[in-house]
Amino acid sequence: MKIKSHLDTNERLEFDMTPMIDCVFQLIIFFMLTLRYTAVEGDFNIKMPIATDAAANPDALPTIRVRLTAAPDGRLSGIQFSDRPVANFAELRQLVMDYVGGGRTPDQADSGGEVEFDCDYRLKYQYTIAAITAVSGQVGPGGQIVRLVEKINFAPPRPE
Amino acid sequence: MAHKIDTSHKLKFDMTPMIDCTFQLVIFFMLTLNYSMEEQDERIKLPSSELAKPVEAMAETNIMLQLTKEGTVLVGGDEVPVPGLRSVLDRERQALVSRKGGNVRDATIVIRGDAAVPTGTVQEVIQMAQKAQFEKFVLRAREPLAQEAPQ
Repeated sequence: MKIKSHLDTNERLEFDMTPMIDCVFQLIIFFMLTLRYTAVEGDFNIKMPIATDAAANPDALPTIRVRLTAAPDGRLSGIQFSDRPVANFAELRQLVMDYVGGGRTPDQADSGGEVEFDCDYRLKYQYTIAAITAVSGQVGPGGQIVRLVEKINFAPPRPE
Repeated sequence: MAHKIDTSHKLKFDMTPMIDCTFQLVIFFMLTLNYSMEEQDERIKLPSSELAKPVEAMAETNIMLQLTKEGTVLVGGDEVPVPGLRSVLDRERQALVSRKGGNVRDATIVIRGDAAVPTGTVQEVIQMAQKAQFEKFVLRAREPLAQEAPQ
């Protein structure tokens, strides 16, 4: 016996989509309002000595001392790499590369060396971060980071 | 002459493409929503660094200290002047120690300093945290924008 479908194909089944569309628009508005475009952020590790066990390792590279001086308005006025004047951050990076040994590749860990920053009190923080960037590493041609020195340290703050 | 409208014939339109687009939008906005950004204060203009790459994992024991150029520190929803930070850090240390398995040595102090803050202030904050027995510190920077020249 042929079973007859009770659905009349001429009459299409309809349902009210209005509440669903309302909800979806509410969701869109919520997500749009909470959307914030922020720049990607990254961290630099700082090793502040409390117990100095690094001195016990005779193979460790000697600590480099980088002095950053500031003009009265907080701008950078001078850089010194172990008492040697340096013109800019690119030259500072080159000196650090010479110190850790050239030919480093992106897959290598950092050199194990240590840099101590001695900054003027009023020096704007952006210059300190720029100097830390110069000694920490370099972005290679393929966009990979070549690590140089990741042990960063600060000398005691100078009086204002 | 009266114009007659045939009311029995309802006008229909296909809503499928519109719903498709709408769901695509919902998915896009959901995926771009980042809850970890909630604790970042917009007043802080971070210094840029070409080495700033996304932080892979945020430890639970991170303490975020945000230094404004006005000389205050934003910590845990409070705004305190730099000299008043010590008591806040002591309180945080107590909270960590009282937590089961909590250790001050595992906690990391994340410093989000404004680019115009004097470096001496950042150093003072680090010193204060050291006195409160914190040992791990990270300085946060942002990726340079496309129009910024590399350093």
